[in-house]
Amino acid sequence: MKTRTLMLGWEFPPFISGGLGTACYGLTKAMDRLGMPVTFVLPRAMPIRFPAGEESPAGMEGSGEHYQTHLRHMRIRAIPSTLTPYAPGQSQAAASWRRAKATGAATLEALGEATRAVYGPDIRQEVQRYAVRVMEVAEEEEFDVIHAHDWMTFPAGIAVSARTGKPLIVQVHSTEFDRSGEHVNQYVYDIERQGVHAAAKVIAVSNYTRNILINRYGAPPEKVEVVYNGVEFNGQTEASFPRTWPDKTVLFLGRVTMQKGPEYFLFAAKRVLEKMDNVKFVMAGDGDMLYRSIELAANLGIGHRVFFTRFLRGADVDRAYQMADLYVMPSVSEPFGIAPLEALQHNVPVLVSKTSGIAETFRNALKVDFWDINEMANKMVAVLRYPPLQEMLRLEGRKEALRFRWEDSAARVSDIYQHVLSGT
Amino acid sequence: MASVCFYFQVHQPYRLRHYTIFDTGMDYFDDHKNAEICTKVARKCYLPANRLFLELIRQHRGRFKISYSITGVLLEQLKEYAPKVLDSFRELADTGCVEFLTETYHHSLSSLYSPQEFADQITAHRQLIYDLFHQKPRVFRNTELIYNNGLAHAIEQIGGFDAILAEGADHILGYRSPNYIYRPPNSTKLKLLLKNYRLSDDIAFRFSNRGWAEWPLGADKFAQWVNAVNGNGYVVNLFVDYETFGEHQWEDTGIFEFLRHLPIEILKHPDNDFKTPSEVAAAYPAVDVVDVPYFVSWADIERDLSAWLGNAMQHSAIRELYKLESIVREANDPQILDCWRRLQTSDHFYYMCTKWFADGDVHKYFNPYDSPYDSYINFMNILDNLRSRCRSLISAGPSQGSPVAALS
Repeated sequence: MKTRTLMLGWEFPPFISGGLGTACYGLTKAMDRLGMPVTFVLPRAMPIRFPAGEESPAGMEGSGEHYQTHLRHMRIRAIPSTLTPYAPGQSQAAASWRRAKATGAATLEALGEATRAVYGPDIRQEVQRYAVRVMEVAEEEEFDVIHAHDWMTFPAGIAVSARTGKPLIVQVHSTEFDRSGEHVNQYVYDIERQGVHAAAKVIAVSNYTRNILINRYGAPPEKVEVVYNGVEFNGQTEASFPRTWPDKTVLFLGRVTMQKGPEYFLFAAKRVLEKMDNVKFVMAGDGDMLYRSIELAANLGIGHRVFFTRFLRGADVDRAYQMADLYVMPSVSEPFGIAPLEALQHNVPVLVSKTSGIAETFRNALKVDFWDINEMANKMVAVLRYPPLQEMLRLEGRKEALRFRWEDSAARVSDIYQHVLSGT
Repeated sequence: MASVCFYFQVHQPYRLRHYTIFDTGMDYFDDHKNAEICTKVARKCYLPANRLFLELIRQHRGRFKISYSITGVLLEQLKEYAPKVLDSFRELADTGCVEFLTETYHHSLSSLYSPQEFADQITAHRQLIYDLFHQKPRVFRNTELIYNNGLAHAIEQIGGFDAILAEGADHILGYRSPNYIYRPPNSTKLKLLLKNYRLSDDIAFRFSNRGWAEWPLGADKFAQWVNAVNGNGYVVNLFVDYETFGEHQWEDTGIFEFLRHLPIEILKHPDNDFKTPSEVAAAYPAVDVVDVPYFVSWADIERDLSAWLGNAMQHSAIRELYKLESIVREANDPQILDCWRRLQTSDHFYYMCTKWFADGDVHKYFNPYDSPYDSYINFMNILDNLRSRCRSLISAGPSQGSPVAALS
């Protein structure tokens, strides 16, 4: 009998806005390929409708709450909910902070206020509502384990586990400390802590995250397993349009938030431009630091060399990668970091911060402390100046990236289920 | 007759300091780290091993002999950071049972890139050995035992040598044994001493490996292996890194005790003795020609050049380095020449090796870098600075400085 999983996950294509959705989707697809039956509970603000004649990438069909997918062992149960993995209130919070700053009231207190408001006033109710609805769905489903991804699904997971007696496994893709630094939201922290302690096993996406769970959440070390993410390999090899421009391009692609370190990217860019003038910096992504980043680029006097594309999708993402000579992930705290693996899939060498999960396990990347602007610039210049370096990071990095397979992650998850179910 | 020929490579590079594209100084080398490593290795290896060999030589009254090749860059560092080690090497030299070989002063790959530089570094090293130990070396060993027919030819041209040491790699010997003396195809005078890599590596690598069938290795057992050579060869060439004693194999593995008992055990057999490389070359005829069209070395399992020239970064770095030769000479500045030469030390390229990067291994030994990429970046940044220094000196007109005398 295969272990049946009730998966409390996030986002399916084409609605993916970040790493959490990508990870849930990649893992679940690989579990499907391994023949593991999954009922995937998906929060949706609106009923899913795809334009006539257009198939969704996930191949979802059906109406109302029930969906069949082209994945043979997976069923999707959509739940009406406004929960999204990246806090809907974030931009308002940032706006209120900017206002506070403009009116001269930008004190630490105001900043704290803004941080607390990040998830909006309704978040508690919404998390509750979601939990109630998951309980309803759980009544109708047969499963052996509950697998919940990140804090907003933890209360639902805990409740279903308590009601059914089925073991709960929580997977932590990011913690409140990653997202908010030291200004943690106590409400979110408490939920994360409850989830980690209520779970039979905790899956961390890196040792970096595992250590945070042990040190900051008091998780018993023997309870926390590391399962690295994978990357979907789509067979892409070479740039599909020829390079004709003379300039070198350095790419930042990700949410423009405090966690991702956009300002360090810009400070480093400034230093690079002191040494080389034929370099363009592209910042692709949205987030609450976007406007501040645009202002910062202007204040540093490099506005003409930094290009903000906002959030990119699909072919535009591919195009951004194809233009790039180097991908930089200067994250202040990055639990894993799938994006560098995606960059390598697109043949772009990568520079990542040491405070990331990927840095602990990936060898063929340049690594730097996110705060070390000089060193970041030093490495950027080296990649742009020395073709053999760029070439080796690209070739060796790509080879290594292809070894991060979701099937391996899914197999590890399957092992963890077995251990939990057999009580070992 | 089985002669045991001990040869120890003694070397530490001048490691580079972290040097970014924003740095402008000429302080390319990490004095602090170099001093630290030099004194640490002196304490764990050089001093105790020298002391032990001195005791053994005295104890056996001329019947126990060894040889060293100590690089110029290490001798400079010992002088500065661990002068006691230098004294003890002098003491060893005075016993008359210790032979000093010559190699390139900077432990460089110059044999592959610049005949002029290669010859200059050999001259400089011979002079240094004479100055310190009052010996005129007659045996050459190239950096990391890198060798081919061309190298033999070059050494014969330079002159003053009777023999060259090389790796007894299977692919150059075929069915033949490393326990005989050979000669290069294009030379009449030079003899080849080839490393017995099995017995050498038993000491250097396998000694403390508890998974090895022969563990623990005692001096008596090892002596029996040497005895088995009687009738099948003249000599057992045991070529190892000196840091094997106390550093690669820590003292608590029993490596020093093994050494202490080895001479007695070897000499128990009446047909055995110890010879230095020059004595081996004088005592035994060459039995055959060994043709080595391609490079061999003693590094890694490949025993070729791939440890230093196995990837695009390594090739690029070394090419750029030797491209500077003409402007470095033209700049005619002793300090610049010295820096350029220190940058030639093979370790800098070894750090850039990606062959075993995935597993991590001996390339990590005293490796100051987190990754081969970091070492390449650092090296190229320094080269960049050196290049611009040369150019500005040259464009400033003829130097008033004295001619090159950086090596003394």
